Amino acid sequence: MPHHKKHRRCAGARAISFFLFKRFASLLLTLLAASVVVFTVLDVLPGNAAEVMLGESATAESVAALSARLGLDRPPLVRYLDWAKGLATGELGTSIAYDTPIAQLVGERLVVTVPLALMAMALTTALAFTLGLFAAARHGSAGDVGVMSASQVGIALPNFWFAILLIWLFAVKLRWFSAGGFPGWSAADGGGAGPALRALVLPALALAVVQAAILARIVRSAVLDVLREDFVRTARAKGQSPRGVLWGHVLRNAMVPVLTIMGLQFANLLTGTVVIEQVFSLPGLGRLVFQAIANRDLPVVRNVVMLLAAMVVVINFIVDVLYVVIDPRLRTRGRTT
Amino acid sequence: MSARRSRFRHANLRVGAVLVALVVGLALLSFVWTPYPPSELDIPHKLRPPSAAHWLGTDSLGRDIVSLLIAGSRVSIAVGVIAVGIGVVVGVVLGLVAAVRRGWVEELVMRLSDFTFAFPALLSAIMLTAIYGPGLVTSIVAIGIFNIPVFARITRASALVVRAREFVTAARALGKSEWRITIEHVLPNIAAILIVQATIQFALAILAEAALSYLGLGTQPPTPSWGRMLNEAQQQLFQAPQLAVYPGVAIALTVLGLNLLGDGLRDVFDPRLVRRELRAQPVAS
Repeated sequence: MPHHKKHRRCAGARAISFFLFKRFASLLLTLLAASVVVFTVLDVLPGNAAEVMLGESATAESVAALSARLGLDRPPLVRYLDWAKGLATGELGTSIAYDTPIAQLVGERLVVTVPLALMAMALTTALAFTLGLFAAARHGSAGDVGVMSASQVGIALPNFWFAILLIWLFAVKLRWFSAGGFPGWSAADGGGAGPALRALVLPALALAVVQAAILARIVRSAVLDVLREDFVRTARAKGQSPRGVLWGHVLRNAMVPVLTIMGLQFANLLTGTVVIEQVFSLPGLGRLVFQAIANRDLPVVRNVVMLLAAMVVVINFIVDVLYVVIDPRLRTRGRTT
Repeated sequence: MSARRSRFRHANLRVGAVLVALVVGLALLSFVWTPYPPSELDIPHKLRPPSAAHWLGTDSLGRDIVSLLIAGSRVSIAVGVIAVGIGVVVGVVLGLVAAVRRGWVEELVMRLSDFTFAFPALLSAIMLTAIYGPGLVTSIVAIGIFNIPVFARITRASALVVRAREFVTAARALGKSEWRITIEHVLPNIAAILIVQATIQFALAILAEAALSYLGLGTQPPTPSWGRMLNEAQQQLFQAPQLAVYPGVAIALTVLGLNLLGDGLRDVFDPRLVRRELRAQPVAS
């Protein structure tokens, strides 16, 4: 390998390491700040959280008993550090309403929420790439206008309304799917992988259609932008097949803007699951947090909100790291930021 | 751009403007007139199909659907205006301060903006509801908070582009203060971008308000809202599926109208020049 190339590669590797280090430090700081905000809003601002949990009719004795049980008589900083330590070790405390470890409750719900979000993201990607590439390949034609108009309407749909319409069509009219509920992943509990996935199809579709409408437009315009570049013309002139140009040059280069939106969308999907779980009565994180609000179970609310915020932050971090993998130009930029 | 395409684009603007004007008109009309009082219960006439007396029929409590839809538009528009208003006022001030002061102030504003993105409106609403209970104010504050970083970022980035132009240098050479330049030259030049963004955020705010009301975190009964109507309609899905159609169509048409209006305004104002320059900037934050 020529010396200058080797040198450039070393500098590139250093730039990537520096970028990753800086981005990781920023991730940790953001998580720290998020935990402080969540703790302040849900523990410090209410004054006495035990009063909020027990309601206005609570007696002084019961408030004092709950305060002692939750350790609310300790200074806020001590309580925060205790909670932060718990977040790091997975010791999240006990739910007031269920008298069950919160980590266990969250774990049971995550096996619904995470597969739902992943399934919705997979569907979003498949739909958006199919439609976006179709429209870009037929730029200006009736097919392109049709896809763009349909996506304009798709963006305007509230996902929970679309979910209700899906229930009406597939559960009430056609009776192909159940209107809601979740059988569980284990056959011993009366469920299994098949029935569980089946229960997630309509919720995932409801989440995906709206997000796919947004992403299809981004895919189309990103692909059209790249198609106009000189290197695409060069690749074509060199006799590379249209398919080879598409996969080898166009898609890779179009992925940077597409990934940005996908990262944002995955975060949207996670919060979207909270809404869609309500529509389909799925026992995920969303239902857990709403039940916790109804039961005034603040420790559960605090931990679930923190978990959701952390997921959003971590997804953004992963997207930033993926940029560097996909777009080598950003590696040198990492040095200057 | 061809004449045909230009006409097509202005069609976006026209259709969007008509839809938005219609909803805003209905919201204003609801203050003085609805076919029936929207909260008036009439149990003997519940779940009636469309008729001359009730154009879209009645719901499970005998309330007139048209009246509920008209009154519901008021909540959607009000939440959208106030929540986006909070975002515009606070976000634009922060963005301008960041662009003028640069240095650590800019860094702080941008990091705060990044951080606020970790709390989508729904998460803020969940936290606020857990402490203060559900309600209109909860949704307005939650949606408003999420709008602040959107406007702070776009204001800062656009203001930096405008501040690099010759006429700003000329104004500076004439001895104008930085703040006077910002008010007299920068703000008018980024207004178009802000108006387009506000239109798009308005659409998102209406979707968010509907979702929060559907979940029971937003508008509370008896105040009519499209999100709550959908929640109630879902419980009647077997007997009266049509109830689930109307509020959804109302939300979708309003959001579609605002999105088309935003697209149309973008073409009319043509801030593409500034956007192209923004893209050409080496690092955005």
